[in-house]
Amino acid sequence: MVSFLRLRKPKYVEPAVKYCSVGFESFDDQSPPSTAPRLGNLWLETNKNKNQTKRRQAKEHSGRCLDSCCWLTGYLCTVWWLFLFLYHCLPFTVVHEVPELMPGARLKREGLTALHPVVLVPGIVTGGLELWEGKPCADGLFRKRLWGGGFTRNPKRPLCWLEHLSLHNETGLDPPGIRVRPVPGLFGTDYSAPGYFVWDVLIKNLAKIGYEGKNLHLAAYDWRLSFQNTEIRDHSLSRLKSKIELMYRGNGYKKVVVVPHSMGVTYFLHFLKWVEMPPPMGGGGGPGWCAKHIKAIVNISPAFLGVPKAVSNILSAEGKDDAYIGAMASGVLDSGILGLQALEHITRVSRTWDSLVSLVPKGGEAIWGNMDWSPEEEHVCDLSKKRYSRFSLSNNNVNNSDLKIGFRVKDPVNYGRIISFGKAASVLHSSQLPTVDPKEFLRTTASEFDEMSRESIRKIAADKAYTAKTFFDLLHFVAPKMMKRAEAHFSHGIADNLDDPKYNHYKYWSNPLETKLPDAPDMEIYCSYGVGIPTERSYVYKLSPSSSCKGIPYRIDSSVDGEDDSCLKGGVYFTDGDENVPVLSAGFMCAKGWRGSTQFNPSGIATYVREYRNKPPSSLVERGGIKNGAHLDIMGNIALIEDILRIAAGATGEEIGGDEIHSDILRMSERVSLR
Amino acid sequence: MTFLRRRKVPYSSKPGTPDPSFEKEDDKKNQYKSSQRPSYSSKNWSCWDNCCWLIGVLCSVWCFLLFLYNATPDSIPQYVSMAITGPLPDPPGVKLRKEGLTANHPVVLVPGIVTGGLELWEGRQCAEGLLGKRLWGGSFGEFYKRPLCWLEHISLDNETGLDPPGIRVRPVSGLVAADYFARGYFVWAVIIANLAHIGYEEKSLHMVAYDWRLSFQNTEVRDQSLSRIKSNIELLVATHGGKKVVVVPHSMGVQYFLHFMKWVEAPAPMGGGGGSDWCAKHIKAVVNVGAPFLGSPKSIALHFSIEVRDIANLRAQAPGFLDKDVFGLQTFKHLMRMFRTWDATFSMVPKGGETIWGGLDWSPEMDSFNVSEKKGKNNSTHNTVQNTKSNVCNTKGVNYGRLLSFGKEWAETHSSKFERADFKNVAKGDKVANSSNCDIWLEYHEMGSKAIKAVADHKVYTTGSILDLLHYVAPKLMARGASHFSYGIADNLDYPKYGHYKYWSNPLETKLPNAPDMEIYSLYGVGLSTERGYIYKVATPSDCHIPFQIDTSVNGDSEDSCLKGGVFSSDGDETVPVISAGFMCAKGWRGKTRFNPSGIRTYIREYNHSPPANLLEGRGTQSGSHVDLLGNFALIEDVLRVAAGASGEDLGGDRVYTDIFKWSERINLQL
Repeated sequence: MVSFLRLRKPKYVEPAVKYCSVGFESFDDQSPPSTAPRLGNLWLETNKNKNQTKRRQAKEHSGRCLDSCCWLTGYLCTVWWLFLFLYHCLPFTVVHEVPELMPGARLKREGLTALHPVVLVPGIVTGGLELWEGKPCADGLFRKRLWGGGFTRNPKRPLCWLEHLSLHNETGLDPPGIRVRPVPGLFGTDYSAPGYFVWDVLIKNLAKIGYEGKNLHLAAYDWRLSFQNTEIRDHSLSRLKSKIELMYRGNGYKKVVVVPHSMGVTYFLHFLKWVEMPPPMGGGGGPGWCAKHIKAIVNISPAFLGVPKAVSNILSAEGKDDAYIGAMASGVLDSGILGLQALEHITRVSRTWDSLVSLVPKGGEAIWGNMDWSPEEEHVCDLSKKRYSRFSLSNNNVNNSDLKIGFRVKDPVNYGRIISFGKAASVLHSSQLPTVDPKEFLRTTASEFDEMSRESIRKIAADKAYTAKTFFDLLHFVAPKMMKRAEAHFSHGIADNLDDPKYNHYKYWSNPLETKLPDAPDMEIYCSYGVGIPTERSYVYKLSPSSSCKGIPYRIDSSVDGEDDSCLKGGVYFTDGDENVPVLSAGFMCAKGWRGSTQFNPSGIATYVREYRNKPPSSLVERGGIKNGAHLDIMGNIALIEDILRIAAGATGEEIGGDEIHSDILRMSERVSLR
Repeated sequence: MTFLRRRKVPYSSKPGTPDPSFEKEDDKKNQYKSSQRPSYSSKNWSCWDNCCWLIGVLCSVWCFLLFLYNATPDSIPQYVSMAITGPLPDPPGVKLRKEGLTANHPVVLVPGIVTGGLELWEGRQCAEGLLGKRLWGGSFGEFYKRPLCWLEHISLDNETGLDPPGIRVRPVSGLVAADYFARGYFVWAVIIANLAHIGYEEKSLHMVAYDWRLSFQNTEVRDQSLSRIKSNIELLVATHGGKKVVVVPHSMGVQYFLHFMKWVEAPAPMGGGGGSDWCAKHIKAVVNVGAPFLGSPKSIALHFSIEVRDIANLRAQAPGFLDKDVFGLQTFKHLMRMFRTWDATFSMVPKGGETIWGGLDWSPEMDSFNVSEKKGKNNSTHNTVQNTKSNVCNTKGVNYGRLLSFGKEWAETHSSKFERADFKNVAKGDKVANSSNCDIWLEYHEMGSKAIKAVADHKVYTTGSILDLLHYVAPKLMARGASHFSYGIADNLDYPKYGHYKYWSNPLETKLPNAPDMEIYSLYGVGLSTERGYIYKVATPSDCHIPFQIDTSVNGDSEDSCLKGGVFSSDGDETVPVISAGFMCAKGWRGKTRFNPSGIRTYIREYNHSPPANLLEGRGTQSGSHVDLLGNFALIEDVLRVAAGASGEDLGGDRVYTDIFKWSERINLQL
């Protein structure tokens, strides 16, 4: 309001002054005989001019136009204010979500109260980052959000922003002179839009049944780093350990319920191993720490075995509306300064993030399928929602094979070929394809895209297909530095013998196929994820047009489409999942890998698969939808929230209904042969 | 409106377009004048249109200016201020970094009363949807739109001093809790920024989060705040290779941390069970900033009549303003009610009684009182005292020991010359008429006029008798406070009763921990006039009013008198008098005393106030006032040096501007 008032004054003065000067000029020109008072003359002058105004509207068209524009702006502003005013006058409940729909209030009436402390572990890109030390171009941004909270003021300087977001290309830690750190705290601050929009609904519902700062904690960690580096640089794992111990003691020795999401799932797996390992590599909690402190782990949208999307991200920074690309693009593309090079810049930055490698599919061909086989091969791809939902409804009955035959696609989809160059390579039988020769990947210079020879790029592509095992060669070829760095922190294989002492190294800890779960028979592990959304599973690639040979050499061939009900759309083969994570990755460990006492789960921790079928929002008022199953939106799914609340209030897996399965996950797991 | 219409003139009659037809028209214009004008305005350009046009112009210009403002680089204001004042000195962090200082000991910050943020976790109907929003600090969330709702949520239960049913308001955690109190009003932000310059970051900095409305022990009972501090300090020490922490408490945080140091070593159910060497193992130094170790007289006025100097002055200038029902809200009354539910305010009541704060006829600050009667030779000393403290007032003839007097005459007359009536035995009763509809929160209306007169007849109260007075006028309130805080001096610290938590925040009733390597600093501003005593009057009786008010009409005899507007001031930082901030470090803990059995070294660092040179400097880099001190470059430099490993000797030992050592000498306390 103050600024308004201040602005008003000059506006009043300005026209008056202008007018006066003009008035005097014409006064002199005409030199009227009488010595009438000036003011009177001014007044006459006005009227004269007005008459002329009216008669010569055509001539002064520009003046009128400006006035009209001003008028229009004013009109719009006024109307807008009026609506804003009305909006604020409305009672709160009319405009906002109806609280009755939210399970928190209902469960409170049922008598549920906070019992077990809850720890939330965010996934990739959902945590806020703030600046602690920067280059001169970031002056004045000290402790301002670089990530989350709407990127305050950063899009003005996109290159500066990207520079601060990238890590050191060799160490994977801070570049010299730059320190960017995770933002702790449950809520974003008042100052900026909340960065943890993902957790907002869940936190609000937890608060309804009595949770607060002392028994609810959000583990903040820098999601760009490799997991062990978060401990080395920020002591994030030690902090988490100390927080869990404190909450355990401070809440009457009640074990905690951990709720990790997306990449947080593997981060917490890493923590489980770390905390029981002896220092210096581990946290020194000793065996039994998990059994003593953790009641249940409710993994939401878990990416246990990685996501194929990560491959396309690393290869070409593409991938359908990916979270982080989209987020970065909104910051960078809008600025328009970088123009077409934006994707290259994003690739350059994201290749310094070790954590991306943790999302690359794990388990190789045994899990993800080889050239001619994949666990999902019977999957029915019908992207039209109606038939799909009929299918999945009937799917509860396993013997319902008639229905399935009706939907069977003519070309069997080779999901195992995660990357194929050209549609032919994705369809033909493997015997007709050239084999991948690892020698082709040998190159003299180990650097990024820029120095790759055009020829070798073409050679690698030529009509080949890559599976979950062989695409590592491809990644090594495309992003050698990143892969080299990341190999030291992550492993993507399957362990033959888990007692091999080499598995004590931290790089195996986040891979569920190369670690044992802790010895905690009373613990429970839930896999809660959405299903019923087409999810990227494999890609058809092509070479980039030669003009951009300096940039990214490969692109998804978005011109390739299958038949109407095919799984192939725009160069991407889809399967069932939550838009980011295929069902196989999310559900396999709970459905088979850890079910019962297996080599990965020696103490027989109980596992539960909880699937939530996606139902798109029925009206616009339901923001995000309360039955949504998509990767991020599932955090607002009321069924999921109710489950978490019940578990936090003390319920066991049996009490909330055991497994709830809509997809093919059990049959898919059957097909995966794993000891 | 005429202006608006004329606005079009510049467009239509642009100079330099001599048009013959233009001139021919001139003669006719007068005839048209009367008829054309109304038709023109009604047809094309009505009043409504004009309004829209005006708003449109304003909006566009505003947007344009906003755009320009955003388009200019951030450093412009800096250039402007540089052009005016010359180059600014380097902030201490940058300076020390050039000297080669780097982050060494982890730092724990303890905010004081009022500066920490509070957020909502469960609320009544009116606060629906505001979960997680800040109730206190920041931009005060959405609550500024609903003041009554806000008051309801920020108040505590009147009897338990804990949450009212159905409301949970909790402290904000993390550095954001108290870096800025409101947008642009820094508290810790400057120190944090400077610490970051020498390499500190989130992992080596911890901001203690506690609900400053609660009594100290209740923060543990309700939120486990003390356990959290303990666990966090242990974590910081463990992750920094065994380097002990440097604790920087401010204002009430000082007492809170004293409480913590006792709590952490006390055995389990009441204490933290850390064992008797916990502090020695984990704490390198406690750097107290603006420490009200012995309380602040301000809190007496707050408790007695809920006003301080500023409020009293406001009341004097605009009588009735505060008491008026503005939109039926009764702002002031609501605020008072809220304030009374906060237990933590009792921690600021002056401690140590007459021994520390002075009796009827003496006080430690009194340079001239007894002396001036002896005439002559002492005039010179008196002058020097005045010269050194040019900012502060003339202390001549001021009885600081009389914390509260009814009338100026009683404040000045020697105690042997008047009689004081006893008030304690006067029965309360005969209620003031029409008091039944008053709220229960004020206990004054239960007193009756006789009791009020008796209180006024007692004439003069010292720090000792003021507690009796408060107990007399507000028994319930004080009873709640007395179960959590104590204000006395211990005769024998080994009495088992001192194991109770209510003594832990009083430095005169606790021993410091057994940690001979620890250091305690007291850093405070001086050179500002600070409330030290009050002159009261009995207000005209009316319904539901507080019967006592500060008598703002009373002023001292001379220009520079310490008595202004019914308030006696002394040297200090505007909130805490020097005696409260400095005494413990100057005498009470100096060397090996019974309060400091292990001989922890203490240092006093005073910072003389000098106001900011110009407006661009904001709140100044050399300020000495209670909160602005946290932006004082000299203080920040000291804090940074300590954090980087310097000892008190490296800093230069004591740095004193006031007579604190002389005053401390006068205090006759068995050590």
